[in-house]
Amino acid sequence: MTTLSRLLALVEAPRSRVALAVALGAGTVICGVGLMGTAGYLISRAAEQPAVLSLTVAIVGVRFFGLTRPLLRYFERLSAHDLALRTLGRARRRVYERIEPLAPAQLGDWRDGDLLARLVADVDALQNLYLRGIGPPLIALTAGVVSVSVAAAILPAAAIVLAVGLLTGGIAVPAAAVAMGRRTGRLEAAARGELTAELVETMRGAPELAVYGRADDRIERLREADRALVRAARRASFTDGTGDGARLLVTGATVAGVLAVAVSAHASGSLDRVLMATLALLALASFEAVQPLAQAARELTETLAAGRRLLELTDRAPAISDPADPAALPDEPFGLALEGVRARYRDSEQPVLDGLDLRLDPGRRVALVGPSGAGKTTVANLLVRFLDPEGGRVTLGGRDLRDYRQEDVRGAIAVAGQDSHFFSTSIRENVRLGRPAATDEELEDALREAQILDWVLALPEGWDTLVGEEGRELSGGQRQRLVLARALLSDARVLVLDEPTAHLDSATAKALMDSILGATRDRTTLLITHRTEGLDRMDEVHTLAYGRTTVECRG
Amino acid sequence: MRALDPRLARRAEPVRVLLGVDVALGVTTALVVLLQATLLARIVARAFDGAPLGAVTTDLALLGLAFAARGAIAWAFEAAGGRAAATVLSEFRLELAERRLKAQPAALDGVEAGEIAAAAVQGVDGLRAYFGRYLPQVVLACVVPLAVLGWVAAIDLTSALVMLVTLPLVPVFMWLIGRYTEARTRERWIALRHLSTHFLDVVRGLPTLRLLNRSGAEREDIESVSEQHRRATMETLRVGFLSGTVLELAATLGVALVAVTVGVRLVGGGLGLQAALTVLVLAPELYLPLRQLGAHFHASADGLAVAERILDLLEAPAEITASGTLPPLSPANEIVRFEHVSFAYPAREGLVLDAFDLELRPGETLALVGETGAGKSTVASLLLGLAEPTAGRVTVDGIDLARFDLDAWRRELAWVPQRPTIFRGTGSDNIRLARAEARDEEIRTAARLAGADGFVRALPDGYDTVVGEAGRPLSAGERRRIALARALLRPAGLVVLDEPTADLDRESALLVAEAVEQLRGRTVLLLAHTPALAARADRVVVLDGGRAELVHERTAA
Repeated sequence: MTTLSRLLALVEAPRSRVALAVALGAGTVICGVGLMGTAGYLISRAAEQPAVLSLTVAIVGVRFFGLTRPLLRYFERLSAHDLALRTLGRARRRVYERIEPLAPAQLGDWRDGDLLARLVADVDALQNLYLRGIGPPLIALTAGVVSVSVAAAILPAAAIVLAVGLLTGGIAVPAAAVAMGRRTGRLEAAARGELTAELVETMRGAPELAVYGRADDRIERLREADRALVRAARRASFTDGTGDGARLLVTGATVAGVLAVAVSAHASGSLDRVLMATLALLALASFEAVQPLAQAARELTETLAAGRRLLELTDRAPAISDPADPAALPDEPFGLALEGVRARYRDSEQPVLDGLDLRLDPGRRVALVGPSGAGKTTVANLLVRFLDPEGGRVTLGGRDLRDYRQEDVRGAIAVAGQDSHFFSTSIRENVRLGRPAATDEELEDALREAQILDWVLALPEGWDTLVGEEGRELSGGQRQRLVLARALLSDARVLVLDEPTAHLDSATAKALMDSILGATRDRTTLLITHRTEGLDRMDEVHTLAYGRTTVECRG
Repeated sequence: MRALDPRLARRAEPVRVLLGVDVALGVTTALVVLLQATLLARIVARAFDGAPLGAVTTDLALLGLAFAARGAIAWAFEAAGGRAAATVLSEFRLELAERRLKAQPAALDGVEAGEIAAAAVQGVDGLRAYFGRYLPQVVLACVVPLAVLGWVAAIDLTSALVMLVTLPLVPVFMWLIGRYTEARTRERWIALRHLSTHFLDVVRGLPTLRLLNRSGAEREDIESVSEQHRRATMETLRVGFLSGTVLELAATLGVALVAVTVGVRLVGGGLGLQAALTVLVLAPELYLPLRQLGAHFHASADGLAVAERILDLLEAPAEITASGTLPPLSPANEIVRFEHVSFAYPAREGLVLDAFDLELRPGETLALVGETGAGKSTVASLLLGLAEPTAGRVTVDGIDLARFDLDAWRRELAWVPQRPTIFRGTGSDNIRLARAEARDEEIRTAARLAGADGFVRALPDGYDTVVGEAGRPLSAGERRRIALARALLRPAGLVVLDEPTADLDRESALLVAEAVEQLRGRTVLLLAHTPALAARADRVVVLDGGRAELVHERTAA
């Protein structure tokens, strides 16, 4: 199946709505053709100076087409946009369903803002599938067939010329324009990528370049990369207008051809002279159907590229699945352990963890420290089954984690830390995510334990304060406390805190650690960090290096 | 939207050239349009009166050529526009880079600067649409209707009057409807933005949702939010599309009206067939440029927005206005003083530094401590010549810093920023940034002292490994140590270290602190955020409320 058909299947474009939009669009063009054709007839007939009454039909026809066309156009635009929006909604839902079991471990670096922005942009691009993709060709086809049929009813030879013209202008010209554009487009894209990288780096690193006196070399380097891009861009601009230009050429040839055929038919007596103008104007007006096709072809290639990127993601099979006969979680307090675990992410050559042993006994507070990038977050991923180990096993209450349902495991282990996301809604809603059924008192308790209740109550809108995109309105310390509150609210029996004090200054980090230590006094807790604050009060401290741990036991 | 930002025309010569070309092409189009219509009418009229094919062949050929000419002009508009877009952005980009490097190095946050840079390259598509399609349409919308009206008036005054009546109604009605709907639609668009960013929010938070076992419930949410979005958008569009419909209505009714009027007059014998047909064929051409203007508006609006953003940046006041000419004194030998220095950022209110006094004695390590945002980095910027004081002055042995040659002064300095930039290139290249003529052994020595030699040698190609985004990414600690190696490579008398151990794990922090020890003997300004780091200094000064307060001085043992 081609990309296009797979994408259309993905978004389930409703046939009836597509048909409606196509009909309205084709109707618009046909009215335009009708208007000019009938006007041509009207004027030619009028030149024979008949009784005015015999022109009535033509006059009514002209007025009818004149009025109907804008109406049809209005409804067509509405219907096409409605279709696009429905497609968008469906595309979002379907893509979400497919990537849901893959996130985050199977999709690349989830922290990469660009990856996500591109994913969303690509999904958004799918709404153009109809509007700027298959819609215009379908409309062109329908309107073209009608025009050619009408021409055939008047003069078959003219219909043939028109058909050839429309096919050339509608298929050959856009295809050639796209092919030409693709080559120059590729060169330009490469030069663009190169220059963007150089320029962005220059702008970001400008202070250092200035202080180290390297401004002038930089400017020289940029000039060179820039020259390459300008050359490529100029070459590309030559191919930009060829689609429109060629179309006008084909239009002219067709109209001239139709006229030639009409004139000779009239001269040989097989065509009434009042119909010559009709044919010519009909031919001219029918090219309106073909006009958007070059642009549509260009946009379709971009939409397909976006679609291909998406399909690459959604085609990935989920690696984690529930067992056929899941075990129930133990009722009594349980511990977690990693036994000789080797783990890697799909694309990397080296395993992140190799032969890791770690025990988290019930009621103990254990710290896992190590430099950034050593694999600490991978441990968290393994514990909640975002990732399965390649070798060794992860156990819960002594049994392999794979024996349990993922949902149960994640209900029993709460993860909180710097990667915890804040949604663009109120504080109350964000914290309540920890346990939707929680009462307001329970919410208050959680905030109190995280030592942020007073601050929330002091806000002008209190609980209902909006936190902005990704919690932008909050400071780092506040955000981490709310994340902690969310984790405490859930009645998870094990807490995993993943880098809760990252990016905080010393004083704030120390204060947060004090709160954490207070709040986790009787909970099984795994603290993952690279900072030193609060480590002296943990029960055990393990260091992670080279994929394995070493232990320093305390109390 | 204005047709043309006058700054564009003023600043960029390619734009002025393009405008000239567009006007010439526009006038030619108008003439070709008239020719096309006249030829078509003539062929039909002559055949109507009985002329055989042979008699109209020349006219047919000319008609074909007229269309071909129109096609060539359409191509030329886009080619010229595309060329101009490429050239204008190129000029802007280079000016932007030069300005940023020489006059505004600290003006923008690095990420924002990067975004503008990316826009200056990627924005060429929008600008191409603007120069290649929108601007020509504006020219055509001015020239063609006038030409058509003029020609039609010459053929048949009545028809011209009919056209004249319908034509101005169009912009008037569009403007009226636009005014009425604009206020209403603007509120809706704002509300819609929230709906449309919902998906990104959910996608970003997907891991969190899975952890909370809420990802399944979210599926329904996505569908319902999309449905709300659709409904709200459609409500807005229903009103928004009206102005376009008015234009279409005027155009088609205009043509219909002209056809009927002309037809009736033909019957009465008041007009010839050729004249009538010419008028009929010209009627749609009267409205065509205006109709196409709307179509090209949106794509080009983005392009213009990018250009305007770059222009704003280029016209912002320079941060560094002048460099002096005196050869600088070395901070290794002379005291560097901040004398009642005040500083405020142009975009923000309030003074960051307020009559700030500080003395940096040669050979000492001074720690400047303060909360994030207190102004420590500003102090560094002023020393490094990346900003100028709003009041007061920075002096070296009593001579104002502004009187020194800036490049020469900077050669006396080395700087380790909080977020060092790793440039595309090898490990050696990056360290060599500090001194281009450095030999390989000098680079390795500096790296060793900075604690960077270990991890660099462990890379696949050692010092020749390409690092950074394009190559092997480095961790925060590794980047910091490369930056330290840069500072050590430079025989600078004054080294500025901006929170060198921030965000580092224990091991890396220790390595960095040791490397800082290697700098003893030089004058070091250490911007510290932890007491442990500040403890290594000879003197500790607190920066609070824009002023300095001496806190601790190590007495000579």
